[in-house]
Amino acid sequence: MERFLRIDRRIIFAIITVAVIVSLVLRFELPIPASEPVHGIYKKIESLPAGSHVMVAFDYDPSSKEELQPMSIAFLHHCFSRDLKVIGMTHYPGAPGLAEQALTSVASQYQKKYGEDYVFLGYKPGSASLVINMGENLYSAFPKDFYGNETTTLPALQGVDSLREIDYLFDLAAGTTIEMWIAFGKEKYKFELGAGCTAVMGPDMYPFLQSKQLTGLLGGLKGAAEYEALVGKKARAVSGMRPQSVVHVIIILFVIFGNVIYFLSKR
Amino acid sequence: MNFLKRTIPLIIAFVMGVLMALQYYVPHKLSQDLLEVVTRWDRIIAGFAVFIGAYSLFHLHWTRIKRKVEGWGYSAFVFFGAIITLIFGLLNGGKFFWNDKQDGTMFDWLYYYIQVPAGATIFSILAFFIASAAYRTFRARTNESTVLLIAAIIVMLGRVPIGNYISQYIPAVADWIMAVPNLAAKRGILLGVSLGAIATSLKIIFGIERSYLGGGEQ
Amino acid sequence: MRKNSNFFILIGTIGLFVCINIFLMASGKLPFSSDGFGIILGAGLTLAIYSFLYKDNPAFKIAENLYVGVSLGYTIIITWFNFLKPDLYDPLIVPIFSKTATRDPRYALLIPSLLGIFMLLRFSKKLSWLSRWTFAFVVGLGAGVSIPRVISAFILEQIKPSLNPVFSGGETMLSSINTLLIMLGVISVLIYFIFSVEHKGAIGKVSKIGIWFLMISFGASFGYTVMGRLSLLIGRIQFLLRDWLGILQ
Repeated sequence: MERFLRIDRRIIFAIITVAVIVSLVLRFELPIPASEPVHGIYKKIESLPAGSHVMVAFDYDPSSKEELQPMSIAFLHHCFSRDLKVIGMTHYPGAPGLAEQALTSVASQYQKKYGEDYVFLGYKPGSASLVINMGENLYSAFPKDFYGNETTTLPALQGVDSLREIDYLFDLAAGTTIEMWIAFGKEKYKFELGAGCTAVMGPDMYPFLQSKQLTGLLGGLKGAAEYEALVGKKARAVSGMRPQSVVHVIIILFVIFGNVIYFLSKR
Repeated sequence: MNFLKRTIPLIIAFVMGVLMALQYYVPHKLSQDLLEVVTRWDRIIAGFAVFIGAYSLFHLHWTRIKRKVEGWGYSAFVFFGAIITLIFGLLNGGKFFWNDKQDGTMFDWLYYYIQVPAGATIFSILAFFIASAAYRTFRARTNESTVLLIAAIIVMLGRVPIGNYISQYIPAVADWIMAVPNLAAKRGILLGVSLGAIATSLKIIFGIERSYLGGGEQ
Repeated sequence: MRKNSNFFILIGTIGLFVCINIFLMASGKLPFSSDGFGIILGAGLTLAIYSFLYKDNPAFKIAENLYVGVSLGYTIIITWFNFLKPDLYDPLIVPIFSKTATRDPRYALLIPSLLGIFMLLRFSKKLSWLSRWTFAFVVGLGAGVSIPRVISAFILEQIKPSLNPVFSGGETMLSSINTLLIMLGVISVLIYFIFSVEHKGAIGKVSKIGIWFLMISFGASFGYTVMGRLSLLIGRIQFLLRDWLGILQ
């Protein structure tokens, strides 16, 4: 019996690979109802009047791109379709390329102009100090945008002096930046905060949802898929739910099978 | 010399700590200006820290090459990758680095077609190992591990669309697990960690925790 | 003999990869442009890294080290364009040396620059002690700003909802039970963590409840971790099937 537990692990790898490929190639529809935390973000964006300022913090790099990039694209679709002014920035030095790609590709679909409808402030080191600095004075934290324009000259930033004037801040997080925005930003500068995070971090965010320190949460690719479905822009995350479902079932079967063999061999 | 090497750092940490903790409770313009200035300074210092990281990594791989440790040849690819990226970054599409960053240059190409796919793939390998570990080691050996296992299975099913197909109760139970027992445990951990962080901060301010001074002489 | 077969597998795989790409370009599925070649490079690196699943091999190691190098180069250049240039070079260095500069140099920036340079002296044998001044500044500042904010954001704000009334009208029975359960969970987990005395008697019983709560939350975290890692893999396979091979629409 125990030899079943000692099979070459490459067989398991192959099963997972085939399962992902087949369920991506075969098209079948799965319902993707939005959960309450995802609705929290959606409703907040729906409630903002056109011209409101939404800051998007792209706090991730290529290692979490597959979860967070679809999320940022779906969120940006919603913002631009509602004519909100988007201000992008990041705490991660590996993020600017991904952030720029997401912003420009979605903005162009809505004929949004750089500088007037959206801006990208780029990367700055400093973590908590950067958040406090932005809370006190945005232009001292970012004297220039990603392309070297003086931030004081950008029309999209008109009416914003610091984080206090931001109508909504959405953090796309691969690390501990959500906690940082809460403690060093929201706590003092009182802006509304929503977040999207990798699935690994998802469970840690529930205390902040209940305490209303977060208005909503997109957790992992599933959160991204729910948002894509809500805003009517079904793309990578939605199609990723097919393999996600199938492989979850396979892994559960692995766990059950492994346990059955374990108990049988113990007897 | 001891004064410069040991006492002054302790004084700096004490003064900065006390000043910044008190600053929070003083909503005066002067106090806010102070906060803005020191956080800007801290940001600038943090920028220099990037170069410490870069130096450490270069040093590590340079030592591997110099000592010809096994697999040293691969370390040459670290230098190759870094040097071509630095060269194209500094060339800045012909405008050079003292001008603003240009878009769509070879530097961006290296990012989009090397860093992005390789970075994303390296971390995705873990999917295979976690599947293999689930099969080989995830066992209901004790009551506690059985609870862990059942919670994991319900959440894994309840969080994907297929859970809905099997039973509408699975997503509902998964939601309950997340919003009640999970929330309670995570909040307990958060409170514990926060109390620990405050204690450590106080120790730093009052010079009890001095590990930031590093080892070495005096 | 074994070494030989490994060599042939490697060469064979590379040959197959080249043939596929020639076909993709010739058939127009991949554009004959820098983007087309970029996708080929990205696909090659993706496959090279996955080859580690078969066994450790030179292709994996080259891809891994190349990635480390390019990431490092990217970080340095982005740090220059996004931070050093706008925050130090433009406001401090340019006005000092340029006669056409319209603004006065901001000399106050010399202080953090000096502290930054002190930090780099960490690698010097004689002057490494100066880096302690910088670390003291950073650590002291961090400790000072953290204390009030952590108390407010993570302790007071988190205790508040745990003290919600169990019944203030309008709730269902279940939500009242949940409120009680959350309070029980938070207290028992805290007791499990904080009390370093032997877990006996009442404390033992409560901390046992804490362990059950923790186990459920670890199970939830494990489920979410599986989900997250798989999502990364799905994304990479989508890249191979859609962007490279053009099989998916």
